[in-house]
Amino acid sequence: MFGYYLDLSWRSLRRNRALTALMVLAIALGIGVSMTTLTVLHVLSGNPLPGTSSTLYAPQLDPRDMGDYQPQGEPPDQVTWTDGMNLLQAKQADRQALMTGGSVAIQPAQSALDPFYQSARYTTADFFPMFRVPFKYGHAWGASEDAARAAVAVISSKLNDKLFGGLDSSGRMLRVEGHALRIIGVLGDWRPNPHFYDLNVKNYGSDEGIYLPLSTSQDLHLAHLGSAGCWGNGGADATPAAPCAWLQFWVQLPTPTQAAAYRQFLIHYSQEQKSLGRFQRPPNVRLRNLMQWLDHEHVVPGDVQLQTWLALGFLLVCLVNTVSLMLAKFLRRSAELGVRRALGASRRALFVQLLVESGVIGLAGGVGGLLLAYLGLWLVRRQPADYASLAQLDGAMLLLTFVLAVGASLLAGVLPAWRACHVSPGLQLKGN
Amino acid sequence: MGIRPILSTLLRHKITALLLILQIALTCAIVCNAVFLIHQRLQRMDIPSGIAEHELLQIQFAYIGDRPGAYAQAQTDLATLRQIAGVQAVALANQLPFSGYAMSSSGIKLRPNQRDNSLEVASYYGQNLLATLGVRLISGRDFQPDELLDLKAVMPALHSNDMKNLPHAVIVSQAVAARLWPDQNTLGKTIYVGNDIPLQVIGVSAPLARPNDLRNGAQYSIVYPIRLTATEGGSYVIRTAARDRGHVLKSALAQLKRLDPNRIVVEQRTYDEVRHGFFESDRAMASMLAGVIVAMLVITALGIAGLASFWVGQRRRTIGVRRALGATRSDILRYFQTENFVLATIGITLGMALAYGMNLFLMQHYELPRLPSVYLPAGAIALWSIGQLAVLGPALRAAAVPPVMATRGG
Repeated sequence: MFGYYLDLSWRSLRRNRALTALMVLAIALGIGVSMTTLTVLHVLSGNPLPGTSSTLYAPQLDPRDMGDYQPQGEPPDQVTWTDGMNLLQAKQADRQALMTGGSVAIQPAQSALDPFYQSARYTTADFFPMFRVPFKYGHAWGASEDAARAAVAVISSKLNDKLFGGLDSSGRMLRVEGHALRIIGVLGDWRPNPHFYDLNVKNYGSDEGIYLPLSTSQDLHLAHLGSAGCWGNGGADATPAAPCAWLQFWVQLPTPTQAAAYRQFLIHYSQEQKSLGRFQRPPNVRLRNLMQWLDHEHVVPGDVQLQTWLALGFLLVCLVNTVSLMLAKFLRRSAELGVRRALGASRRALFVQLLVESGVIGLAGGVGGLLLAYLGLWLVRRQPADYASLAQLDGAMLLLTFVLAVGASLLAGVLPAWRACHVSPGLQLKGN
Repeated sequence: MGIRPILSTLLRHKITALLLILQIALTCAIVCNAVFLIHQRLQRMDIPSGIAEHELLQIQFAYIGDRPGAYAQAQTDLATLRQIAGVQAVALANQLPFSGYAMSSSGIKLRPNQRDNSLEVASYYGQNLLATLGVRLISGRDFQPDELLDLKAVMPALHSNDMKNLPHAVIVSQAVAARLWPDQNTLGKTIYVGNDIPLQVIGVSAPLARPNDLRNGAQYSIVYPIRLTATEGGSYVIRTAARDRGHVLKSALAQLKRLDPNRIVVEQRTYDEVRHGFFESDRAMASMLAGVIVAMLVITALGIAGLASFWVGQRRRTIGVRRALGATRSDILRYFQTENFVLATIGITLGMALAYGMNLFLMQHYELPRLPSVYLPAGAIALWSIGQLAVLGPALRAAAVPPVMATRGG
């Protein structure tokens, strides 16, 4: 029966080619534009660490002076050196890491390569197990290297390819800003997007090539890269003594009970610091988990959200357009439907047949929409945004394209089909 | 010919007519808001920087290791750059208008011990800055060379609050002056930054835009009498005639590399490129919006035309009867045009309410201003014209139906 319906719809669609083309075009444009923006939105609002993200938290404290004070205002989204070190040493969470971004000059041993700049991450040891960072060669450093301010580094596989042709470089030496560092590990494929642990440098498509202990980076006076929120005379510099928040602090708390306890600890810590005279404001803490953190930081650009709304509005216009065209078309065929009713076809059968016809339009529109979405994403990738290179259609979005296209056209077909198959057969036969 | 028969025909095609009205309304609402968004972007891209945009070059270096002689080197560099043929002026600047996200800014207070800042402004500094950028002084004077302090001395002084090594004078932009002291003489006034560091206003500059964060007042900026070097993040800014930019940039790079081969060029560009890069995302957004508007108008026009063709086809016999009873071709033409006008008008009225609602949503979530009312009549005219254009073809075909159709079936 389904084959027969398909055949019928094919004939009907061919009879009004211009109209069919118009409906397919409308669905294809609507789907193409929506899928382009939805794919970008999907990629940008993804979970960078599925499975672990709910146990990772970014604690916030309020160490500022009373300038611009508002009760329970939002605390800074980074921590000061002193607070970061205190929280790190308190070890109140299962794992904790204090880190900041940097930029260092790499001086390759091969004379063929000029020195070049590479973005870097200065962090404490728990960073690697806490964020489940994969290693291709070697291993991460531990707490002892942090304490010893060891001259060690972990490099990304991309930098390893560039400097060592992809061979196991662990144990080899690397010159960084005039200092010799020993490479102890090479990362596997590790590019979390969004770059959740530090949203000050680049939210997406960040390219950190080298990781070294925070203590070592201080010893070697390596340059800080990122923002510094300062108060008082601040001066926007990222040094341990400055009244500035410029480090990121992350903790892992596997259960909600532990998270609640950690929150209490942060409040106690703030009270203690206030009584010591370091803090001036009353305790004002936040403890957001990874996804809440991304949401709070508005990591998905406003422009992308706006584009998505616009695209959905456009799809709606295309759908309304298709509904009215289908209605006109189906009603025009009342005579034919009347004959089929008179010959014994049930209403249900007519309804299903008309829906099959809308489904065929949807499928054709889906194919067109997919091509348009590929074109649209190609255009997005040519944009100057950080996230441009990430705009790729994955399997799930591919499937969604067709589900959306067929679903939308079936939805558009329901009303016209229902109206058309409720036309009284007798009246139509008589009219002709 | 009256509107009554049109209405009664439309009432017989209620659902189709309603759908068409809905489509026109949605298109009208979305197009109004999208055009408004484009206008906002274009306006943003048009913000004047206040500097001699087409005559400036920027060169920025990165250095490996510490450079104890950086201040002496900076003077040599500047003197050498000044010698290059075609160079009019050179400066070392901490940042430029629209130069991007790593911005240095200050909170200004008008009284000591004031709790909240009166204004948040971009802070510019660097040697020979205003003269090179081509920013005029409206009143007061520029800094004397001996007034400039070294950044490396200012930074520790900030931490120790050592007033001797901190600046005492400041130049504010016209926008800052107008905001803080409307209708008063600005020169000689005192502002306070950080932990109540007093600064006396010695000059008011013509407009000078911020490096970014334009929403907080695009022209709120001040200039400190501080000197920095390229090792502290400063960049060389060279002023030259627009046509000399290419060769001046080349010889400037060659000279600077000759004076110190151990630096890595991180930026070498004309100021036009700085500006172009900063507004790139606005341009992309505006073209995306424009593309969707065009697609939406085309779909709506095709939809109207398709539906009208259908109606014409359906009513061929009725049209024939009317023609046989004495209606002229132009009567038939006008019938379809009026029908479309009625539908469009209802759609547009609904669309305006919808446009207003969408704008409220955007205002709440994306910090957009209110939709100016001029967009509504403009949108209405656009949709009326598109409707009339779309219906013209089918209406002409209807007018061509011969009276003899009355006697045939279908």
